[in-house]
Amino acid sequence: MNWLSRVRNSLPFGNKRETPDNLWVKCPSCQEMLFTKEYEDNLSVCPRCEHHGRIGADERLAQLLDLGFDVLPQPEVAEDPLKFRDSKKYTDRLKEARAKNPHKDAFVVGSGAIEGRAAVVGVQDFGFMGGSMGMAVGEAFCAGAREALQRGCGYIVCTAAGGARMQEGILSLMQMPKATVMTRRLKEAGLPYIVVLTDPTTGGVTASYAMLGDVHIAEPGALIGFAGQRVIQDTIREKLPEGFQRAEYLHKHGMVDMVVKRADLRETLATLLDYLAPAKAA
Amino acid sequence: MISYLEFEKPVAQLDKRIEELRAASGHDDVDISAEIARLEQKSADLLASTYASLSPWQKTQVARHPARPHFRDFVAHAFDEFIPLGGDRYYGEDEAIMGGFARLGERRVVLIGHEKGNDTESRLRHNFGMGKPEGYRKAIRLMELAGRFGLPVVTLVDTSGAFPGVEAEERGQAEAIARSTEACLALPVPMVATIVGEGGSGGAVALASAERVLMLEHAVYSVISPEGCASILWRTAEKAPDAAEAMKVTAQHLLKLGVIDRIVGEPAGGAQRDPVATAKTLGRAIGEELDALSGKDPAELRRQREERFLRIGTL
Repeated sequence: MNWLSRVRNSLPFGNKRETPDNLWVKCPSCQEMLFTKEYEDNLSVCPRCEHHGRIGADERLAQLLDLGFDVLPQPEVAEDPLKFRDSKKYTDRLKEARAKNPHKDAFVVGSGAIEGRAAVVGVQDFGFMGGSMGMAVGEAFCAGAREALQRGCGYIVCTAAGGARMQEGILSLMQMPKATVMTRRLKEAGLPYIVVLTDPTTGGVTASYAMLGDVHIAEPGALIGFAGQRVIQDTIREKLPEGFQRAEYLHKHGMVDMVVKRADLRETLATLLDYLAPAKAA
Repeated sequence: MISYLEFEKPVAQLDKRIEELRAASGHDDVDISAEIARLEQKSADLLASTYASLSPWQKTQVARHPARPHFRDFVAHAFDEFIPLGGDRYYGEDEAIMGGFARLGERRVVLIGHEKGNDTESRLRHNFGMGKPEGYRKAIRLMELAGRFGLPVVTLVDTSGAFPGVEAEERGQAEAIARSTEACLALPVPMVATIVGEGGSGGAVALASAERVLMLEHAVYSVISPEGCASILWRTAEKAPDAAEAMKVTAQHLLKLGVIDRIVGEPAGGAQRDPVATAKTLGRAIGEELDALSGKDPAELRRQREERFLRIGTL
């Protein structure tokens, strides 16, 4: 911060602008300046280049579920049992993330219906500490699965994460088998579990519940992978192939069933739920 | 001759003195042999006290020591028979993850584990213990086989992580790891996992989602390598010792956190100083665990396995 902005920020009136900051957004892909309203009405997809922007949990739930859905309370979990600290305390990082986010952690569950079909939708929010999977995420994932089991309906999970939450050390790693216990229970109950892979889904999240769906849907252009691209490049010392670890690339290699535009997602899910209706299961 | 780790330098100096004295002494030189005995005692004491208070980063180095016993050593010295089985039936044979039928005393089991190799040729063949999708899919195949024929599953985990490569990604590294974890959880037979060296991330948990998880005394188990964690959170890999400390990677910490169930002691100065004794001790411990689990019905085993993971994080 230079002296000018420091002085300006300290003035109670100096910082106000005629136009609010959020009137325009810049498409992160084509750099086009877009009217925020137009962008959001288009489900946060750039109308020029079709780049699918990252969206928060509430926005995603509202896009997918019929009006009047319930948001499950955030489960209480042990907070910072490792007393983790890097350049900052983990508890301070959590406080900062919570100040900027309407939810207590990175996984939010909505229970309701998709075009009239009963459904539970779990959404991982990249905006909360990179969507990273810690105990709160794992427990919320499980709570969503329990809700689906109780209601006897499908469970849809939109994944987004840089990976495991390192500040929770091994306890974050343990969320991989923990979530897998619940995907198995859904399977045993004959309930569908559908994964929507959104940008980005990497690391331990991909290597557990993101790859165990009955059907895998990916949003266009989403980065999906296990190892980070820099790590791979450092290991093989070669240029990565064009489109590597993108949704379309995964589709080509058989890891996802379909790449679906956000505008068609709700309808696609509704159709899939018709085919995977629990009543048909043995 | 063992290669000394950086923090073992004082012990190395003493041992060098002892060697020099030995070389200089005649056969019946009483004074020198008394001095040698004194120094040997001092060296042993120093080694013991050093190893009694290793930092998490020092343990990471011990866990990665090239002379540490690997899968092959455990097969040779802890088990009485090993019939390797190869291939995932889809793509290939991945020697980073070994598996097959094994006998531990009278107990017949399916044994699966990472092998890092112990010289350049074998390290390349075993890809330094970094499994590829076909390795994890072989593990899945063997676990399903074990389940169908009522053979308990024993795993030995020792990997810095699953292999990060273009082809591994293309063939579904993430899916293979997820399915392998799922295969562990679905087993209708007892499963005992041991972290024998490095338990690195998803590549480790894919073979360690068991109802009983053991760890060798100086093994480490973590969500990401200390170097990886440091380069992300501290923006420099040089902070790896701090990251190892902060992540609580040691067996002693993980026992307190309820992530593992039992620590298996290593010989004085670490497993690398006596791989045979280490393997024999571990073999006995695994045998005890299997005996304690035998006779439990499949539903009870699955419930026990599920509970250990479901409770992590809950208040």
